[in-house]
Amino acid sequence: MGFVFYLISAFAVGGALAAVLLKNLVHAALALTVAFLGLAVLFLRLDAQFAGFAQILVYVGAVAILVVFAILLTKGSEVPKEGVFSKTWLAGLAIAAAVFAVLAWAIVQAAPSLPNQSEVPAVTVNDIGNALMSRYVLPLEIIAVLLTAALLGAVIVAMHEKERAKQ
Amino acid sequence: MTTTPLAAYLIVAALIFAVGLAGALTRRNAIMVLIGIELMLNAANLNLIAFWRYGPHPELLNGMMFAIFSIAVAAAEAAVGLGLVISIYRHAKTSDLEQMNRMKG
Repeated sequence: MGFVFYLISAFAVGGALAAVLLKNLVHAALALTVAFLGLAVLFLRLDAQFAGFAQILVYVGAVAILVVFAILLTKGSEVPKEGVFSKTWLAGLAIAAAVFAVLAWAIVQAAPSLPNQSEVPAVTVNDIGNALMSRYVLPLEIIAVLLTAALLGAVIVAMHEKERAKQ
Repeated sequence: MTTTPLAAYLIVAALIFAVGLAGALTRRNAIMVLIGIELMLNAANLNLIAFWRYGPHPELLNGMMFAIFSIAVAAAEAAVGLGLVISIYRHAKTSDLEQMNRMKG
């Protein structure tokens, strides 16, 4: 297990922690971008080039910008006086810790039977395109419909209410 | 090439999932809850990719396709979720979840 893996994982986990803990939402969004980038590099390390670059395009490129826009449109960059954590933060933290404990226990129990290495899969983007157009064509079409519906829905939901008030 | 055991990737994914869950459960701001959900989805993607890479038949592309479709669904979810937050903010002048305690008006 190499040093590079520890470094990338530290970036991903540290970015996620900072995104959750930072009080200023703009800083949290930047930390979130670091976490997404770390995860994308982990994908690349797992020889999933297509998924890694899709992750960079979709998350670092689009979702992070969307989050920053939402923060600025809702004046979320001002730190509220009453604190950023809810009244029931202790219960939430306990639930998250319990979930991590269960997952880690399961992984540690299963670790001896998990594979430690495998040969690099010979998968090209060509194969992914062929699979998307043959075996996975129905999910692809459903995703296309879903994305169109989400595009229209997001615009309608976030549209001004003035027109509706007149009716 | 040095090899990393599958369990290491799973532990990293579990850590990011737990951090995202903690964020979604403890933050007041609706945008931060969405950020937590995005982190959880990303952790699940890391699991899918790791199992695809170490699985017996990576050439079938099952886990990879799952991850790619999951990225697309998460993008749609983020767009609609943030649109909802902006809409609620315009209506209630707050994005604090503890003040959003009414379904009507």
